[in-house]
Amino acid sequence: MLTTRISKIKFGILSPDEIRKMSVTTIVSTEVYDNDGMPIDGGVMDRRMGAIEPGETCPVCGNTRENCPGHFGHLELAKPVFHVAFTKYILMYLKATCSNCGRIKIPESEREEFLKLLRDLEDLKLTHLKRRLHEYIRRKAASTTTCPHCGAPSLDIKLEKPHSFYVKTETGLRKLTPSEVRKHLEKIPDDDVRLLGGDPRDARPEWMVLTVLPVPPKQVRPSVTLETGIRSEDDLTHKLVDIIRVNNRLKEHLESGAPEAIIEEEWELLQYHITTYFDNEVSGIPVARHRSGKVLKGLAQRLKGKEGRFRGDLRGKRVDFSSRTVISPDPNLSINEVGVPEEVAKILTIPERVTPWNIDLLRRLVLNGPDKWPGANYIIRPDGRKISLKYVDRKATAESLEPGFIVERHLLDGDIVLFNRQPSLHRISVMAHVVRVLPYKTFRLNLLVCPPYNADFDGDEMNLHVPQSEEARAEARLLMLVEKHILTPRYGGPIIGGLQDYVSGAYLLTVKSTILTKDKVVKLLASTGYKGPLPEPAILKPREYWTGKQLVSLFLPKDFNYRRVSKIGSASVLRCIDEDCPHDSIVIIRNGILLEGVIDKNSIGREEPENIVHWLIKEYGEDVGRLFMDKVYKMFITMCEMHGFTMSYDHLTVSEDAKKVIYSIIENKKEEVSELLKLYRERRLVARPGKTLEETLEDEIIDTLSKKLLDEVADVLTQYFALTNPVVIMARTGARGNPVNLTQMTGLLGQQTVRGKRLTRGYMGRMLPHFKPGDLGAEARGFIAKGFVDGLGPLELFFHTAAGREGLIDTAVRTSQSGYMQRRLINALQDLKVHYDGSVRTTSEEIVQLLYGEDGVDPAKSDHGKSVNIDRIIEKYVHG
Amino acid sequence: MLNMREKVNILEHELVPKHEIIPPEEALKILKELRIEPWQLPWISIDDPVVKAIGAKPGDIVRIIRKSPTAGISIAYRYVVVEVTKRT
Repeated sequence: MLTTRISKIKFGILSPDEIRKMSVTTIVSTEVYDNDGMPIDGGVMDRRMGAIEPGETCPVCGNTRENCPGHFGHLELAKPVFHVAFTKYILMYLKATCSNCGRIKIPESEREEFLKLLRDLEDLKLTHLKRRLHEYIRRKAASTTTCPHCGAPSLDIKLEKPHSFYVKTETGLRKLTPSEVRKHLEKIPDDDVRLLGGDPRDARPEWMVLTVLPVPPKQVRPSVTLETGIRSEDDLTHKLVDIIRVNNRLKEHLESGAPEAIIEEEWELLQYHITTYFDNEVSGIPVARHRSGKVLKGLAQRLKGKEGRFRGDLRGKRVDFSSRTVISPDPNLSINEVGVPEEVAKILTIPERVTPWNIDLLRRLVLNGPDKWPGANYIIRPDGRKISLKYVDRKATAESLEPGFIVERHLLDGDIVLFNRQPSLHRISVMAHVVRVLPYKTFRLNLLVCPPYNADFDGDEMNLHVPQSEEARAEARLLMLVEKHILTPRYGGPIIGGLQDYVSGAYLLTVKSTILTKDKVVKLLASTGYKGPLPEPAILKPREYWTGKQLVSLFLPKDFNYRRVSKIGSASVLRCIDEDCPHDSIVIIRNGILLEGVIDKNSIGREEPENIVHWLIKEYGEDVGRLFMDKVYKMFITMCEMHGFTMSYDHLTVSEDAKKVIYSIIENKKEEVSELLKLYRERRLVARPGKTLEETLEDEIIDTLSKKLLDEVADVLTQYFALTNPVVIMARTGARGNPVNLTQMTGLLGQQTVRGKRLTRGYMGRMLPHFKPGDLGAEARGFIAKGFVDGLGPLELFFHTAAGREGLIDTAVRTSQSGYMQRRLINALQDLKVHYDGSVRTTSEEIVQLLYGEDGVDPAKSDHGKSVNIDRIIEKYVHG
Repeated sequence: MLNMREKVNILEHELVPKHEIIPPEEALKILKELRIEPWQLPWISIDDPVVKAIGAKPGDIVRIIRKSPTAGISIAYRYVVVEVTKRT
């Protein structure tokens, strides 16, 4: 491959001579087309400015539309006009130089010194110091009040944005015309321009005041012909016509010797049009509009912002071989797979070179053609000709196929594709999947890969891209496949894992009380595709029974050891001390056999470091971990289906006794609150350090009513709920919900808060008109003593929504903020690279970190950020 | 009350990691090891309080030894410059 390195890019300003030299014609007419619709010579659509119509040949270069690059024209301005983008620099030059002699306001001797210094800095390539010197010279020259060369006093020049220069005189402000300014700038010697940071060769200051305007080629501003035959011109063309109209009028006035005031007015108008032609968002002047009122797009608007040329067209591109549709779940797919609709598979193609080994297959595909899957859409012959299979005799074409041909065949099962869901915040927002062509019209994916994409199925759409080269496919398969990303680079733990039903199912399967008959065992194992022999039944008489633990053991490597306290063991009531615990809450796997313990979130859950899958992947490889997920997780949901798992209203109700206990707890707390209020009213409350009395009272009340109360109630409730209650199972295994949720449904919602404070805003001194002003009691400030099972009263519901809204606002604010942060981070870090010596460097090998992350550890392959986990090694070999 | 006129030796503050000027021979060795020119190191301004305190001059290379939560002790180098502006 040929590579060229751009060593330097230099921007300059076009001089009037250059503008004239590159121009093919001068534009003088405001008329664009004649009566026959042909462009008028000397108009803005002059034929010489480029061929854009089909069949048109360019009179300048002789090319047709495809090859004519377009040619500039030019417009001679009747009077000079400022270029808006340069007013800042014009002001700098005016201030730093003498208006009389045009020289920099620095004494000759010093000037020589500075020039020499500047040359030295240039030789040493100390650009940052050069910039500092220029700034110093500018400031020094601008602050001098008398010219050291001619002795003229300097003028006090002001810039009124966007483009009016004023000079302060005794009588007041006098406006400077562009002609005057240009004359001043012309007088500045080349060396003085250099001292001020300019470049007299490529950017003479007087060129910042326009005398000639380049008219861009027609390719830049194409006109569109609507179906009705009406021509619609580009915004720039409209703007150019305006400029020419005013320019011609100004020229006439000048020739006829019109009064000064009229000329000035037209001149101002010309300045306005040229300014808005360059940038139509300049502050301080009205925006230029179409007759319809639509805002015109200036040249700057084409470049700026998200949809502009840079961000929209150069950094962002649309691609071929991609597809987008709604996603839906399919637990029967492997996590590595993606279900692709047949209709999509018939459009996306892969170029495959014909070889003696695949010629039979490819012949068959060619024969099927573009409309029948699996087929092919095009073939490319060795001479480079591309033939569509839609319009040829496919039988003959298939016969003519020979090694060396390339067939653009349909997507087939087993192909590798990239799958993506926006926002792509992660590297795991784009992963490679293996294709499975399926009926219907959605992309299908395994539920376990939802978390990395953050996908759900409420209408989410995802994109699919087909790598077209052998290299790209190899990279995708080796680096981007889903199984390579089960462990997240954030902390090395598995990001993919069981959720909800998977966890409930795992619990149901492995809990001690579950014993399975032969047909159930067979059904469970069939769902995994298991082909080996059945294990010895755990119970032989009166009938043969198996335990769930035996089934899980079938899929574990024979030398796998594991020990971890399960999620249910973390609840205080059921905490296990040692391995002989009756609650079965310590999971022990020895030599690939699940000896005891129920499998729940801690063993198979997502974002649970050190779970079974984590160690399987680290010790046996990604494919072993993936197979475990594909098979055993499938068995867990099958168990869930077989067992049946629902929750209902009845699962949330408790006995009258329990209710009484809860009510008494709530009453006690309310009592405490009124006690506090009483103390406060009697001024006996002691203020906390740094708080007012009112703040202290609020804090005390919140302490009494919030979390602690809910926890207390939760403790009582757990005693009354059966362990077979599905709600309890879900909360304890970590499948869904937690004890607090349970309390809020059965017991009470508790204190509602906004920004950590009790609800206060609304009416003066009260939140709702249903309370007395100044009522600080529990109920008046959003305490809800009822749960969802009891139902909320109208006021309580209102309080609940007030607190609920806070969460919604938080999410809305967070997403926009983190999106922008993401953009900034990516722009800052995108080119950094870790080199072989472990250092992080930029593209020019500037060092960012001597050792990546200071310790050189890849967090994806680490354990809690450490490169070695000694505990695990001991566990593995000592217990093994 | 803290006496504001009293000079504080920032080098003794616990949040200021150890900075030291590297002798030129050693600096050359380090640059050679990293295969870089001095400007490719991260820069530190001559106006930086620590640079003033240890008396480093433009062109010096400073070694910073700090405690790191991940690596225990981490070493970084800084190139002392007159002005830290965007590079061209």
